Amino acid sequence: MKKTLKKITGFQLFLPIVALILVLLFNMIKTPDFFKITVLNGTLYGFMIDIINRASELAILAIGMTLVVASSAGTDISVGAVSAVTAAIICYSLGPDQQNYQMPYLIGILLGLLGGVLCGMWNGLLVAKMRIQPMVATLILFTAGRGISQLICAGQIIHVEKESYRILGSFIPKVPLPTPVFVAAALALVTWLVLKKTALGMYIQAVGINRRAGRLIGINSQLIIFMTYAYCGLCSGIAGAIMSSRIAACDANNIGLNIELDAILAVALGGNSLGGGKFSLLGSIIGAITIQALTTSLYAMHVTADQLPIYKAIVVVIIVTLQSAEFRKWISSLQGKRPVKAKVAS
Amino acid sequence: MSNELLTMRHISKSFPGVVALNNVDFTLRSGEIHALMGENGAGKSTLIKVLTGVEELEEGEIRVSWLDHPLINHSPQEAQLNGISTVYQEVNLCPNLSVAENIFIGREPKKRGMIDWKAMNDNSRKILRSLNLSQVDVTKSLEHYSIAIQQMVAIARAIDIESKILIFDEPTSSLEEQETEKLFQIMNQLKEKGVGIIFITHFLEQVYEVSDRITVLRNGELVGESLTKDLPRVQLVAKMLGKEFNDLAAIKKETKEKVNHTKGVPLIDARNLGHRGTIKPFSLQIYPGEVVGLAGLLGSGRSELARTIYGADKPDSGELFVNTKKVKINAPIDAMKERMGYLPEDRKEEGVISDLSVKENIFIALQARKGMLKPLSNKEQTQLAEKYIKLLNIKVANIDSPIKQLSGGNQQKVILARWLSTQPDFLILDEPTRGIDVGTKTEIQKLVLNLAEEGMAIMFISSEIDEMIRTVSRMIVLRDREKVGELSEEEMTQDHIMAAIAGGERDEEDA
Repeated sequence: MKKTLKKITGFQLFLPIVALILVLLFNMIKTPDFFKITVLNGTLYGFMIDIINRASELAILAIGMTLVVASSAGTDISVGAVSAVTAAIICYSLGPDQQNYQMPYLIGILLGLLGGVLCGMWNGLLVAKMRIQPMVATLILFTAGRGISQLICAGQIIHVEKESYRILGSFIPKVPLPTPVFVAAALALVTWLVLKKTALGMYIQAVGINRRAGRLIGINSQLIIFMTYAYCGLCSGIAGAIMSSRIAACDANNIGLNIELDAILAVALGGNSLGGGKFSLLGSIIGAITIQALTTSLYAMHVTADQLPIYKAIVVVIIVTLQSAEFRKWISSLQGKRPVKAKVAS
Repeated sequence: MSNELLTMRHISKSFPGVVALNNVDFTLRSGEIHALMGENGAGKSTLIKVLTGVEELEEGEIRVSWLDHPLINHSPQEAQLNGISTVYQEVNLCPNLSVAENIFIGREPKKRGMIDWKAMNDNSRKILRSLNLSQVDVTKSLEHYSIAIQQMVAIARAIDIESKILIFDEPTSSLEEQETEKLFQIMNQLKEKGVGIIFITHFLEQVYEVSDRITVLRNGELVGESLTKDLPRVQLVAKMLGKEFNDLAAIKKETKEKVNHTKGVPLIDARNLGHRGTIKPFSLQIYPGEVVGLAGLLGSGRSELARTIYGADKPDSGELFVNTKKVKINAPIDAMKERMGYLPEDRKEEGVISDLSVKENIFIALQARKGMLKPLSNKEQTQLAEKYIKLLNIKVANIDSPIKQLSGGNQQKVILARWLSTQPDFLILDEPTRGIDVGTKTEIQKLVLNLAEEGMAIMFISSEIDEMIRTVSRMIVLRDREKVGELSEEEMTQDHIMAAIAGGERDEEDA
């Protein structure tokens, strides 16, 4: 039984993995030193490291987005703005002093994450309780979030000068891999464990597939949907903390700008239906890495930043087409030449 | 009658792990109503799907008299263009569009590139008039009308595209008696015009009422074809089940004399319970070990009464006592904690969770009652599922495959398994046998009687009165969203029940 289960998940993730490998293979030809990894001061450097490093925030957002999509068949378009809110809270709390934070580091981070969760709960309230369409409900924070962020920073860019603030977004000394990778991996693991070890994973799917049936068998669908939005808010907060640490500042206008679209794309590239229901966390994470691999590859090929979106769009269209149901049908119709005529003729 | 309209020869089709059709032949002649019979999983739906292009033909040949080459449809749209239309049990039209739009969708009359609304509405009116439906306002959206009218609209559409073959897939299962009569009139009209009609139904009476010819399938194979008048009912059932079968009444003999349970402490005691807009306040006691039936026409409030007890519709008046203890039910989960279960009427919308596996669909209710943080172990899940799959004789190749791959009857059994696994004291079965085959129906009826014998209280809702008479020991009668009376076992005769449901007439009789 386990074998067949593995077969099914293997099949679901088959195309996302193929897409990622294709992107990487392309690099092998175009940029020969793409896979080269060098060691400097006990840490690793190279395009590959860069990909997983830069993909971390996206993967974190994709995890939250996956659950939101699964439970409510809608997307949370406020994740980028919520990241900016968190970043603002953290930078405001910790302050610009070079020597000392205004309050303990951990408290500052927790306050920021709390802000993220509150934003998520607001979204959840609108979607689950008020039954507003997810896109419309999250549009509110999508626009208001950056305003809130500006308000907290009083219209300034707050720089956090203390050196240790950069650790979250770069390297812990002597550790070979960038910190964001560990954060993303830990979050993925925790999420996976919670979904596996409680019945929550099944509840989310059940609510996403058939909300009415879910209610009749005693599942509180409003609560489940609310929880996924709150969790998505937490994920946005974590991503915001990392983004802010990378630049050691809060730039309310630019932190996580347009990243919500990449997060949604990551979910779709991971082979998940945006119609809700069944989902694969791993698929979304692979999707996030694929998007970053694409960006990094294009940079490696010296594509300029302003041309990047065009190339990215072309590749995305190809990947999405490859995964579409129509394309699969076409492929299987090519393979399964109908035996009808042969049979009748004989 | 040798004017063959449609011949399907040596049709085979398999799905992973199942041979759905094996070398099946089917012939439809013009001007006949041809009933396609068989249990669930016999291959009726697959045969129709292959014909209409929903499923791809694997082997065999389909020919129609008006084409001189074999016909292969790739989609229902293509089938329609080729003169084959289907009217489904669940109407597949667009409820938010107007009646006229639904009739003409995809082929709207155009005038200078724009839709000619006037022509469309006029034509729609004309078609509906020919079906004696002139009271329908074609500009109103379809959702304003009952399922019956919606079905008629689907038929109107099929007539207007001049289909030569019309398939009726369980058209009557959500219709009331007069509506069914009307449908049969229309079917006969069409038959006179030379249209070939394939009629799929589970109601034996209806088969004998309208059909000219019967083809029986069993386990994906052709059992036989014969004229309806040459095939006695018992033989038809025997063919469908593949065993000797002394009509459905047989099960009544097996069950012991039903005892009067209405003594002692009621398990469920509803006092003036009601839900505004769906059911007027009612009082009702249900005792352990009894099967209580709810009788009434569609829309009389049968399901609504049950839903109010279960908390699917939160009651807004009255009190509910379970085992003499007063309980407050705000949502289904509260009712489940009082050991109630509810098998909903609408299996597709409220029962199955289509993409989840059979196993998950079975244990999910028990899991929900235990709570999210106490997951059943993998072993418990599997044991539970396997136990009830065996008990209910559910045909499933792999308990980890999605429930949507099962036939309707087997899906229903899975939902039943879901509730039995929670071991309820009080189980509400709302139309448990709708749209499923004779064999499974009988199994479910037997099961209900056995469960009651073991002490479970059961509320049984069915549109089929003879089924109710066979199973229930007391009947609650509803009319116009109100409980209007109760019938004891002695009073439960077909005529008596009809009179009670209809209201008025009975008083005249008495007078």
